[in-house]
Amino acid sequence: MSKTETPDLNIERDVGNFHYDTTYEFDAGVGLSEATIDYIADVKGEDEWVREFRKKALKVFNDKPLPTHWASRDLENIDYTKIRYYLSKGQRPSRSWDEVPDEIKETFERLGIPEKERAYLAGVEAQFDSEASYSNMKEELSKQGVIFVGSTEGLKEHPEIFRKWFGKVIPIGDNKFSALNSAVFSGGSFIYVPPGVKVKQPLQAYFRINAENFGQFERTLIIADEGAEITYMEGCTAPKFETSTLHSAVVELVALKGAKIQYITVQNWSENVFNLVTKRGLAMEGAEVKWIDCNIGSRLTMKYPGVIMRGEGARGEVLSIALAHDNQHQDTGAKMIHAASNTTSNIISKSISIGQGRATYRGVVAMPKHLKNCKNNTECDALLINTNSRTDTYPAITVRGNRNTVQHEASVSKVSAEQIFYMMQRGLSEGEAMSLSVNGFVNDLIREFPMEYSVELKRLIDLEMEGSVG
Amino acid sequence: MTTTIESTESETLRIGDAAVFEQRQQQFGMAGDWFAALQIENWKRYLELPRPTRVSEKWRFANIRFLDELENFCVAPLRAVDEPSLLERSERLSKVSGRLTFVDDNLAAPRTMSPELESKGVIFATLVDALARYPDLVKKHFMKHSPDLGSDKYEALHVALLRNGVFVYVPKGVVVEDPFIVNYWNQADDVAIFPHTTVVCEDDAKVTVLEFQESLNPDAAGLVIANAHMIAGDRAQPTHDIVQNWNRKTLSFQLNTNTVGAETNARGLIINLGSRQARQEVHGRILGSNSNVEMYSLNVPRGEQEFDQRTLQTHVAPKSRSDLLYKNALSDDTRTIFSGLIIVEPDAQQTDAYQKNNNLMLSESAEANSLPGLEIGANDVKCSHGATSGRIDESELFYFLARGIPKHKAQELMVFGFF
Repeated sequence: MSKTETPDLNIERDVGNFHYDTTYEFDAGVGLSEATIDYIADVKGEDEWVREFRKKALKVFNDKPLPTHWASRDLENIDYTKIRYYLSKGQRPSRSWDEVPDEIKETFERLGIPEKERAYLAGVEAQFDSEASYSNMKEELSKQGVIFVGSTEGLKEHPEIFRKWFGKVIPIGDNKFSALNSAVFSGGSFIYVPPGVKVKQPLQAYFRINAENFGQFERTLIIADEGAEITYMEGCTAPKFETSTLHSAVVELVALKGAKIQYITVQNWSENVFNLVTKRGLAMEGAEVKWIDCNIGSRLTMKYPGVIMRGEGARGEVLSIALAHDNQHQDTGAKMIHAASNTTSNIISKSISIGQGRATYRGVVAMPKHLKNCKNNTECDALLINTNSRTDTYPAITVRGNRNTVQHEASVSKVSAEQIFYMMQRGLSEGEAMSLSVNGFVNDLIREFPMEYSVELKRLIDLEMEGSVG
Repeated sequence: MTTTIESTESETLRIGDAAVFEQRQQQFGMAGDWFAALQIENWKRYLELPRPTRVSEKWRFANIRFLDELENFCVAPLRAVDEPSLLERSERLSKVSGRLTFVDDNLAAPRTMSPELESKGVIFATLVDALARYPDLVKKHFMKHSPDLGSDKYEALHVALLRNGVFVYVPKGVVVEDPFIVNYWNQADDVAIFPHTTVVCEDDAKVTVLEFQESLNPDAAGLVIANAHMIAGDRAQPTHDIVQNWNRKTLSFQLNTNTVGAETNARGLIINLGSRQARQEVHGRILGSNSNVEMYSLNVPRGEQEFDQRTLQTHVAPKSRSDLLYKNALSDDTRTIFSGLIIVEPDAQQTDAYQKNNNLMLSESAEANSLPGLEIGANDVKCSHGATSGRIDESELFYFLARGIPKHKAQELMVFGFF
């Protein structure tokens, strides 16, 4: 019971741990200033209003203090003067894998992206450092009017659609890192699904960091028009470098009347990546926004996907799994802002802390005055594998008035020695027994995921943990 | 017992006046150089510590504007209490071990105390007396623990300006069956008081202290910065219950710690009814194994009251249990904030800690904020917390109405049932 060595985890952590020496045609250099922004805006050939937006954001970023009065002090270890903010081989993504430069193509092939595209995806965008190198969507979707482009192209080619919502769900000054993203964003997906169009297969984006000392700042905006439906999945990997890497994305979702957006993330950054991401969805009347968020990698992740339920009958959901290993802090959670009556939200968060890993849940549930029949359910469960593992829970719930209902529950448990003993008696190895226990812990949540994903995730969390009970 | 009450004519100063501390020391300097030094140190600390701001995490959701008013209150002058009904109103319960009654920090009636307990070495004394007669004992236990939940500035002010209080000491193995009663009243307008209760319950001892906090004058604006510290040895069974019922013009702080050893059974209960705005901090710290600590609070805010409650349960030793339950029934335009944290330190394996906050919303404009937190650093623990905010169940209400019970009566019964 007292063994404290960290179990050996076979969670395919190393699948992304390789990189290719690449010569970049465009490099904004090291450090952040107005010149960096001018360089990015020039390279991208952006309109003047985007440049102004970026410069305004840079000022906000410089003025805002770090949120270390509540957040981890590890944030102070990010050196913004040593980061490269823009690196690319070119601005236009290829529509076919054949046209993608060799080393980039090889990267994505090793990660299995083209294979998955053929198998079950409706469209893929593959981002390599600052820009997408590949972007393709099934032809029938474009015929239906679905738009699936990068952020630069979205703002340039379809301003009538995207400018209206760009920076509206998450304003520049929302937090220090949303300001940083607004200043130097590049890449990400801009998606528009026309009224009534239901995209059955998921669209996928794959984010890859290849370069050292690099900051990736993709920007995603998804608009599902009335009655439309879409599922978007993102995956992320990076090679393991000695120096720290920064990933700071902003993702805005807009679900208009009756629309449904499901956004799935499997974050498997290497352990030198600071992953500071702002994600928020706006759900209008009868609309639904669902975040499925799995955090397995990174050094420090701070991510609290939120839903603002602005229309009556809107629904928000966050399902979250976090796995914190040695040297990792998964600071994740959810925000549910009820801004209309008859809105419901659900948060289920499961975290597993292994070795000296630390998993934190931070949540906000707010129901302001004069609303009725708003409901929230929150469940946070934490599993601690080792004696020195750590977990924290910091929810904040505000309810006004007597016509709403909120319940919050959290529990902390460990893998019970009896369970392991029972399974080993029946012939399982200790590792198999442990793995079965952990899978049992997350199983009811994984069942909620789309099938292809639950298979992959189960494999990812297939733990091999000989001699780790205790 | 030696304090005599006489009116003094000297000018009463406000907390914000630079000379207030020196005047206070000259008038009320208490026995012991170490005590004077502690007060000087805390006055310095008070002046140096920054005031909480809107972004202070430990004051999240709280309305902190009232902090601007604190320095306008005068320190309570020494004067005779003129309120004939006082003793009668302080005479609660018939079977008691002793009574102490204060009005505006002045001892208002002679102490009563069971002679039998006195002969067993039990101390139930004013802080002034205890400092004079048992200086070492007081020094050993006085202000050795802090809630550390955001009000350190006001804790420092409490120590710097306090001039009386209650010291309870129960020696090893002594069981005090009947409760000690402490009455703290406030009376004068615009006056700040600093009630202080220290309860030391040694190994195998048992004691119950009931503390009533009330106002003689319903219209006098007051500031109360109260501290209560309970220190329990091994196998001790202390109980400290507080009924806070200051008038609706009083701003109050209640800063408490419960520190327990092994195999203790300790209970702290705070009932909050009064105050315009009440800030409460309770830190339960378990240093020994197989202890059981209960931290309860019942809150019935009405009108525009705000109750801001912060709690901390720290498990330092393994195999202990703590149970926290805070229940609020909110009417009218009231606000409550419950912010709780359980910390299980890495060595505290097999901890069983529970934390629950239930809010019953009785009006459309009441607001309940819940921040139930956990920080768990050991893996073999049973820890959970829960927070609910709900309303009176319509079908239950219908059941009452169908049986001829009027709506307001039914609601009253259901609130009663909620507690």
